[in-house]
Amino acid sequence: MSPVIEIHDLSKSFGTVRALDHLDLTVERGEVHGFLGPNGAGKTTTLRVLLGLLRADGGTARVLDADPWRDVATLHRRLAYVPGDVALWPNLTGGEVIDLLGRLHGGTDLTRRADLLERFDLDPTKKGRAYSKGNRQKVALVAALASDAELLLLDEPTSGLDPLMEEVFRQVVAERLAQGVTVLLSSHILSEAEALSHRVSIIRHGRVVESGTLDELRHLTRTAVTVDVRAVPTGLTGLPGVHDVRVEPHGTGSRVTCEVDSDALTTLVDALAGAGVHGLTSAPPTLEELFLRHYSDDLAGVR
Amino acid sequence: MATTTLTRRVAAAPPLAPLAGTARLVRLALRRDRVLVPIWLAVFVVSAAGSAGATVGLYPTEASRVAVATTINGNPSFAALYGPILDPTSMGQVSLFKLSALGAALVGLLAVFLVARHTRAEEETGRTELLGAGVVGRWAPLSAALLVVVGTLVALALITAAGLAAAGLDVVGSLSFGLSWLVTGLAFTGIAAVAAQVASTSRGTKGLAAGVLGLAYLVRAVADGSPNGDLVGLRWLSPVGWSQELHAFANPRWTVVGLAVVFAATTVALAYALVARRDLGAGLLPDRPGAATAPRSLAGPVGLVVRLNRGSLLGWALGAALLSMVMGGLVANISGFVDENSRPFFEALGGTQGIEDAFMAAEWSFIGVFFAAFAIATLLRLRGEESAGRAEGLLATPLTRRRWASAHLLAALGGAVVLLTVAGVFGAFSTVRATGDPGWWGTVLGAAVVQLPAIAVVVGLTLVAVAFLPRLAVGVSWGSFTLFLLLGEIGPLLRLPTWLLEVSPFAHTPRVPGETVSVAQLGGLTVVALVLLVVGLAGYRRRDLAT
Repeated sequence: MSPVIEIHDLSKSFGTVRALDHLDLTVERGEVHGFLGPNGAGKTTTLRVLLGLLRADGGTARVLDADPWRDVATLHRRLAYVPGDVALWPNLTGGEVIDLLGRLHGGTDLTRRADLLERFDLDPTKKGRAYSKGNRQKVALVAALASDAELLLLDEPTSGLDPLMEEVFRQVVAERLAQGVTVLLSSHILSEAEALSHRVSIIRHGRVVESGTLDELRHLTRTAVTVDVRAVPTGLTGLPGVHDVRVEPHGTGSRVTCEVDSDALTTLVDALAGAGVHGLTSAPPTLEELFLRHYSDDLAGVR
Repeated sequence: MATTTLTRRVAAAPPLAPLAGTARLVRLALRRDRVLVPIWLAVFVVSAAGSAGATVGLYPTEASRVAVATTINGNPSFAALYGPILDPTSMGQVSLFKLSALGAALVGLLAVFLVARHTRAEEETGRTELLGAGVVGRWAPLSAALLVVVGTLVALALITAAGLAAAGLDVVGSLSFGLSWLVTGLAFTGIAAVAAQVASTSRGTKGLAAGVLGLAYLVRAVADGSPNGDLVGLRWLSPVGWSQELHAFANPRWTVVGLAVVFAATTVALAYALVARRDLGAGLLPDRPGAATAPRSLAGPVGLVVRLNRGSLLGWALGAALLSMVMGGLVANISGFVDENSRPFFEALGGTQGIEDAFMAAEWSFIGVFFAAFAIATLLRLRGEESAGRAEGLLATPLTRRRWASAHLLAALGGAVVLLTVAGVFGAFSTVRATGDPGWWGTVLGAAVVQLPAIAVVVGLTLVAVAFLPRLAVGVSWGSFTLFLLLGEIGPLLRLPTWLLEVSPFAHTPRVPGETVSVAQLGGLTVVALVLLVVGLAGYRRRDLAT
C-alpha cells in the first residue's frame, strides 16, 4: 500500500524567499504524523501545496495517490483541512458554516456533528464576528472531524484552545484514528505532538531535517541521568558517550549528574557497578530537547 | 515578586487620556495612505484643472460662454444630472459645471472610503486591538482618522484651487470652488464617522454612508430637475446640494462653509458619543443569536454568494427603483424647460420627442455606469474572501476554483441584470404614467438592455485583475472604472483623441433612445467581455492563492 502523503524534493519560493527547499516527507496510512517547526519554517506552505492552493516550483507531491494541484474535486472529497488561522463570515453563524462546509464535502454526519458540538462546548448560534479565536478554531475542527474524510490536515489546530479543550481534541483524534483516519498535524506545541504522534518530522528553513518515530529520534540525543552513590567511581569523566559529569555532596555520599548518549547507557551502568548506587533517575529526552538541538543555532548563533 | 513588579508598573503609568496615542496613529495612517491618497488627489486636481484649461481655450469670449451655457441650461437632463450653470458669463461656472455637484459627490465618496478605511476596517482586522493594548486612548483611533481625512480634504480643496488658478481662472473663484468640494467632503466625513459606529463591518459602513450619499445626490437631482425650479429649495436638504449653494465663481456665499462645519461637528460629536457606548469590534446593535443549522439554500458556492450579497443587492435595487421612478416622472415635464432661446436648438434635435429621448438616453448611460460600480464591488468579493483567509477553507473542500469564481461572476452579472430590470420596469412604469404614452415601455426597457454588454466588459476586466494582479485588484478595478468615467465625462472637453475616448467600454454603448442600436457594436462588447471572462477564469485557476 502506497503512503497517504508522499512528497519528494518539493520546492517553493515567494519572490526571493525560499519557503520550501527540497523538502521530503512521507506519511503512512493510519498514523498521526507530527509536523514540527517554529513559525515561518514552511509548515503552512507545505499544507497549502498539499491542498492545491499553492503550486510547487519543483519536486513532486502525491496525496492519496492523486495530484493535489490537478485533482482538486475528487481528492478533496477524501480529506479535510483545519487552517491555522480560521476566518469566518461575520454574518454567518458557526452552525451555518459547519453545515456549509459539510455540504460542500458531500454530507455531514448529523449525530457526529451534535456530539462534537457538545464535547467542544461550542454554541452554533453565534455569528462569526462574535467568536473568539479558539471558538473559530472549534468551528473548523467540528466541520473537519464530522466529515467522512480519510485524511485530516490540521495546521496548529489547538493554538487557540484551552487545556481542557486540547484534551477533548486529543480524545476525538484518537477515536477517528481508531476508525482508520490518517492525520498530518502541524504544530509548534511539542507536548501535543508528543502525546498524539506516531512519527514526527522536524522542518527547518523549508527542509525536513529529522524524521522518524519518537524512539528513533530519541536515540539521536542524550538521556539525563542522576545517580546517588556512596563513593564516586574513578574515570567517569573520561567515559566515551558520557558528558557534562558533575559531582556534588549529597547526604553521606555524593550525587552525580550527567548526560549520556543513548547507546552509551550500558557503559555508564557498568562503571557504576561498585559505587553503591542507592538512587537513580533517568529522564528520556523530550521533543523539546530534540527540537532545541536542531534550532539551537538559531537561538544562540552557535550549535 | 511578580506582584510587586505589577503594582509598581501600574502605579508608574500615567492615567490614560482618551486621546493618548493619537499622534502615533496619525503617522501610521499617513504612512498607509502615502500612495493611495496622492493618486486620488491627483485625479481630482487634474480633472478640474484640465477642464478649466480646456474651457479657457474653447470659450474665450463672454458671448461664446453665454451661448454654450444657455444650451446646457436648456437641457433638462444636464440640469438633473449635473446641476445648472448659475452664471452663464462666468468662466469658472461654465468650465466646471460637470464637476461641481458630481465632483463634490465623488469627494464625499473619497471621504467615506477614507473614514471606513481608518476606523471600522482597522477594528475589523484586529489592528486597533493590537494598538489598543499599547498606549492608545478610547477616542484616539476615531480622532486620528478624522484628522487624516479632514487634512486630506483641506489639502484637496487648496490644491484644486491652486490648480484652477494656474489654469487661468480667477483666484477668489478658484478658492470658492475648492471650498465647495470641501463642504460636501466634510459633511460626509461626519456621516461616515457615525456610520462606522452604527455598522459593525467596514463594508456595512461604506454601504450605509454611500447610500446616504446616493440619496443626497438624488435629492439635488430632483431639485435641479424640477420644471421652472419649483423644488430648487430641496437642495438645502442635500450635502451635495450645499456645494452648489456655495455659488462658486458666481458671488460665492462663504457662509455655506460654516453650515458644513456645524453639520460635520454635530455628526462627529454624535460619533464620539457612540464610541463611548459600544465595545471594540461591536456595532451599536447587539448581535443576536442566529440559526444553529444552515438553511437548505446554503448548500454550495451559489447559495453562499447569494447570501453574502443579498443585502447589498437589496439596497441597490431600492435605490435603482427610486432613481428610475424619479427620472421617469421628470420626462413628462421636459417641455417646461424649453424657453424661447433654446427652442431652435431642440427643434433641431427633433422637437419635444428629441428632447425626451436625449434626456432618457443621458439618464440611462448614467445608470449603466452606476450599475457597473455595483458589479465591480460585487465581483471584488472574490478577492475579498481570499485576502480575508476565508477562501482557503472553502477551496480545501471539493469546491473548485472555477465553480467558486463562477458563483461570484453570477452574482455580479446576475445582480446587474436584476438592477437593470428593476430600473427598467419602474422607470418605464413612471414614464408611461407621467406621459400617458404606453410606447415608453419598449423604449425604456430597450435602453436598460443595451447597458449590459459594457457592464460585462468592466466585470471581465475586474476578473482579469483578480486573476493576474490579486494584490492590486481593488486599485486596478476602481482605477480603470474611474478612468472610463472621466473619459466619458470630460474627455471630449479635453479634446482627447477618439481612440483614447473609445478605450472606455461605455463609449460603445449606444445612446438609446435616439441613436440607432448597432448590433455589431454591442456584439463587439459582448465578445470582448467573453474573452476577458475566459482569460480571467483560466488565470484564477492557475495562480497561487494569495492572502
